[in-house]
Amino acid sequence: MSGLTLLIPIALGMGVFGLAVFFWAMKHGQFEDLDGAAQRILIEDEDDEAA
Amino acid sequence: MTIATALAPETDVELVDSRFTVPGMRCAGCIAKIERGLGELPGVDAARVNFSAKRVAVRHDAQLDDQALVEALERLGFESQPVADNPLATDDKDAKLLLRALAVAGFGMMNIMLLSVSVWSGAGGVTREMFHWLSALIALPVVAYSGRPFFASAAMALRYGRTNMDVPISIGVLLATGMSFYETLTGGEHAYFDGAVMLLFFLLAGRALDATMRNRTRAGIGALLGRMGKSAAVLQEDGSTRRIAADELFPGMVMLVAAGEALAADGEVIDGAGAIDNAMLTGESTPEPVAVGDTVHAGAVNLSAPLRIRITATKGDTALAEIARLMDEAGQSRSRYVRIADRASRLYAPAVHSLALLAFIGWMLAGAGWHHAMIIAISVLIITCPCAMGLAVPAAQVVASGALVKKGVLVKDGSALERLAEVDTVLFDKTGTLTLGEPRAEIDGLDAEARSIALGLAQNSRHPLSKGLVASLQAAGTVPAEVIGVHEESGNGLLGLWNGTEVALERAEAAGAGLATTLRIGQRRDVIQFSDPLRVDANDSVSALSAMGLSSQILSGDRTQSVAPVARALGILGRGGVNPADKLVALEALKRQGHLPLMVGDGLNDGPALAAAHASLAPASASDASQQAADAVFLGDRLGPVALTVRVARETMRIVRQNFVFAIGYNILAVPLALAGMVTPMVAAIAMSLSSLVVVGNSLRLARATR
Repeated sequence: MSGLTLLIPIALGMGVFGLAVFFWAMKHGQFEDLDGAAQRILIEDEDDEAA
Repeated sequence: MTIATALAPETDVELVDSRFTVPGMRCAGCIAKIERGLGELPGVDAARVNFSAKRVAVRHDAQLDDQALVEALERLGFESQPVADNPLATDDKDAKLLLRALAVAGFGMMNIMLLSVSVWSGAGGVTREMFHWLSALIALPVVAYSGRPFFASAAMALRYGRTNMDVPISIGVLLATGMSFYETLTGGEHAYFDGAVMLLFFLLAGRALDATMRNRTRAGIGALLGRMGKSAAVLQEDGSTRRIAADELFPGMVMLVAAGEALAADGEVIDGAGAIDNAMLTGESTPEPVAVGDTVHAGAVNLSAPLRIRITATKGDTALAEIARLMDEAGQSRSRYVRIADRASRLYAPAVHSLALLAFIGWMLAGAGWHHAMIIAISVLIITCPCAMGLAVPAAQVVASGALVKKGVLVKDGSALERLAEVDTVLFDKTGTLTLGEPRAEIDGLDAEARSIALGLAQNSRHPLSKGLVASLQAAGTVPAEVIGVHEESGNGLLGLWNGTEVALERAEAAGAGLATTLRIGQRRDVIQFSDPLRVDANDSVSALSAMGLSSQILSGDRTQSVAPVARALGILGRGGVNPADKLVALEALKRQGHLPLMVGDGLNDGPALAAAHASLAPASASDASQQAADAVFLGDRLGPVALTVRVARETMRIVRQNFVFAIGYNILAVPLALAGMVTPMVAAIAMSLSSLVVVGNSLRLARATR
């Protein structure tokens, strides 16, 4: 029982933290281009060499 | 850095954002190519690809216009289309609100379930009570936040004395939450917060899907009027000119229209001669010659020499505004179309309410006590929750329209797919729809040298004939010759020097020979004829449509003499010389005969017909107005997407019908159990979620529909 008083707030806190992160990510447009993000890792940065 | 910007504030160019749809991108290579290619263009500050939406956002110098960027993308090998300013902003906000509500509901659902699991596994006494209180603590704000979209819509419907899907949902959720809270207060054994929140979660998932679909909605007719000239140089009494905004122009004024300028009002040419581009109004992009006495319309672009025009109509009286009005009226008749989901809910909601009420009364009469009777009524409401019903339509439509986008067809809203599935007659416009709408040069008569000189000259001009010539020559693999000092003499043609010889593309002298230009190399002259060929797969498309049971006809504003050969070539009925109002009459006649016509057209003169037809399609080369009026826009030089879209729409409706059959079948099985009091709200919520998942799974099969 005493363990619960500690663990439940922690669990809820983590949930709220996750929710906050999701809100932040959405506000910054992280979900606007899901397929693009997966493709972009394949692009090699040639710009620096050219410079 | 700071010093440099402080020293030269005037040289700071104004930066603007433009957006383009580029359906052709398929891989990381395309992203890199577009972002780098555009980035290297002078005047472009940044380009960012949104791969999911197949869009490019470009931040650039205000001097650089959309046309130049479209051409730059074309050089990179991508077909593109400018997107109006930000017509999606409001819808975006809507979708984001739903997504946030969904996230909150998901958070609440998971945590409450964790607590519930321990209660089910036998936690009792103080522990159970504490868990119930914790659940209430989470559930009440979550229901208040995530339930808003439903409560607001239900309240709105009730205020006008109607019901919709949201009414039973709201009642179910509120009753379940209120009941559970009462249980918690009185230290009861069961609380159903989990059921209520899970219900919200699944319903919100459906709504979010629906919002994604509607994000491709139309931008309104304002965009059309935006294409008119914004201002005009008006001749003053003392002979000077002054720029006056389009709103302040009056009939009788004389405006001076420079080459390349768009007309801001209708009028009559009183001085000057040249050519105008009427593509905006007629869809015909070949320049139209004008001389003193000719009537010209707002929205047309003066291509050659400056013209003096006496204004005859301004603002709301222009031909353009008239067409916008016709289109608006025609569009309203279509907005009365009742979507399948609405039709279903009209029958469904009252039935569900009566059922729940009957269950409550029945169990009360049977002596079950109001508490028990209430729980059974709530179970009935939750289990009959139109979740699977709510998902049946949007899930299928989102998947189908996603598959169509990959084939270059942009469907604007969900009801479009429903209407496209019902059409039985196809009406084609000719110019720009069955044909490419761009003049293509007949270059067979030219030798290799002439070809390369012609390309070297023509690629310097944006005149429609030059562009057509370039397209034809490039298709033939011609390499441009090095022509130097190329300049355009307005009204006359292009002049340049090649190896010291004077070369030119000039206006053809033989009048009445149709569209033609003369290529002059020193003393040698070659006449190049132009024609507007049929789209390559026009014939195949018409036969594919007839194989699906659709009959085709041509309804064109063009002269009957030029429609007849096309109709013969395709073996279908053709009518020419039809003006916008007559097109509406023809459509009404068809509708009265019980036909559901699909209009395919591109010109502004097709706008009202596109809006009035049961469903409509426009090629991406169409005027802005027509794209606004059409249900879907297709890209590319082929007509194949017309048949494909109809096929996919029909497939979508087949899946939607399956979804409905499933959702109703599930209710027929589950409702008696709930009425019998054998289902707790929790079990009801689980059963309901499973039915939703089946519906989504079934809809995903549509991803293969375009293959």
